[in-house]
Amino acid sequence: MATQQDFNFDLCARNDLLKRTGMTAPGAMKTGTTIVGVTCKGGVVLGADTRATNGPIVADKNCEKIHYIADNIYCCGAGTAADTENTTELISSKLKLHKLATGRQPRVSTACVMLKQMLWRYGGHISAALVLGGVDINGSHIYTIYPHGSSDKLPYVTMGSGSLAAMSIFESEYRDDMEIDEAVALVTKAIAAGVFNDLGSGSNIDVTIITKDGTDIRRNYVTPNERKHPAAVYYYPPGTTAILSEKIVPIAQRKDIVVESVEKMEVA
Amino acid sequence: KIQIFCHQMSILQHNGSSVIAMAGKNCVAIASDTRFGIDAQTIAFDFSKVWQISDKLFVGLPGLLTDSQTFSEKLKFRVNMYRLREEREMSPRVFSNMVASLLYEKRFGPYFVEPLIAGLDDKNEPFISGMDLIGAPVLAKDFVLAGTADEAMFGMAESLWRPDLSPEDLFEVISQTLMSAFDRDAISGWGAVVHVITPDQVITRTLKTRQD
Repeated sequence: MATQQDFNFDLCARNDLLKRTGMTAPGAMKTGTTIVGVTCKGGVVLGADTRATNGPIVADKNCEKIHYIADNIYCCGAGTAADTENTTELISSKLKLHKLATGRQPRVSTACVMLKQMLWRYGGHISAALVLGGVDINGSHIYTIYPHGSSDKLPYVTMGSGSLAAMSIFESEYRDDMEIDEAVALVTKAIAAGVFNDLGSGSNIDVTIITKDGTDIRRNYVTPNERKHPAAVYYYPPGTTAILSEKIVPIAQRKDIVVESVEKMEVA
Repeated sequence: KIQIFCHQMSILQHNGSSVIAMAGKNCVAIASDTRFGIDAQTIAFDFSKVWQISDKLFVGLPGLLTDSQTFSEKLKFRVNMYRLREEREMSPRVFSNMVASLLYEKRFGPYFVEPLIAGLDDKNEPFISGMDLIGAPVLAKDFVLAGTADEAMFGMAESLWRPDLSPEDLFEVISQTLMSAFDRDAISGWGAVVHVITPDQVITRTLKTRQD
């Protein structure tokens, strides 16, 4: 199999035919989303909600939207879930190779440039809106990257369907050079604004804190929407469901036979 | 030339299917309806949308059934090549990543399937995952589902699922979830098959359902 660097368009003709005969294509899973990033004294703090939607249905109640790019760089993703997932993974791999080639800790601006150049190349068809943040030799940085390939470097940013709710919190309460704890509290409040007011965002709040000393990943930092499972137990006794046939296939159990022998190396 | 009627809504409603996978205590279950239809006509009652990939790994492929069949064959091929090269079975997590990767390759001309993966890994830990048609993964601890009766299945599953279900209880929960949901869906149903996977055995049962 030849190595593929690009997408495969083999099924496009067939899919176009289906569309022309009247069938509409199904939608992909989106992340709706509230994602934010803020710079503070000594680092950056990224925040995200955890709801993934498929139209009006919640497909995932606890997805991870803060993606690993490098040990010192993380990226929140809004838009089409498959696009944010694969784009951040690709750039993470490219950055790892770049790190090995240069022998240096990767820089946030490098990740930004790689991401925006790829998104520009696909003309906005890769629907990934990203909040990139990290700490490198030049300090702490937050970037926001749009699906068509533009980026902005700012002290505080919000993206996604809940960005207006989150930005209202930032515009009221952001100050330069906050302590890490203050920044985490602010980020939590901003994401919560999205979770409770935006329909596309919900469930829990994830926070990631990046400083020059390392990264602190606080997955499910706040869980304001817990549900007891179940409210009442609907118990169906075994035998409730009518069966037409039953087949039981035992699984062959693996038995590993380890042969240990020590052979001395001949050095004469 | 394909004969398509103009009341058609979505490609995923051309055939109709419902599949669900659930995790229990040291076991997983995956179930699907068995209707094979083209638009309003039912062609067969024995078309399960769940394929066995290896001893303890199953994949469900609801959606456009021609793509389900083609894609299941692609997956079997890849798993077989892996088994020949690596001399071991592909673990469910790795399989899930491979499915997502194969789907994303076709990002701008996708397969119209929404895969569900259910299996036990090497240590017999339950693993379930689902994804949309371009490979965005959902790694759930409770259940994943897809198909034309998905909204109804969500309602049932949210009510009936609870953690640490035994294989017998898991069977009842997943069966009732699936049947109650597809009984309210015109284009899925006509029989169901449920696989329950435990560390020692795989129990496959066909259910007695409404045939309308």
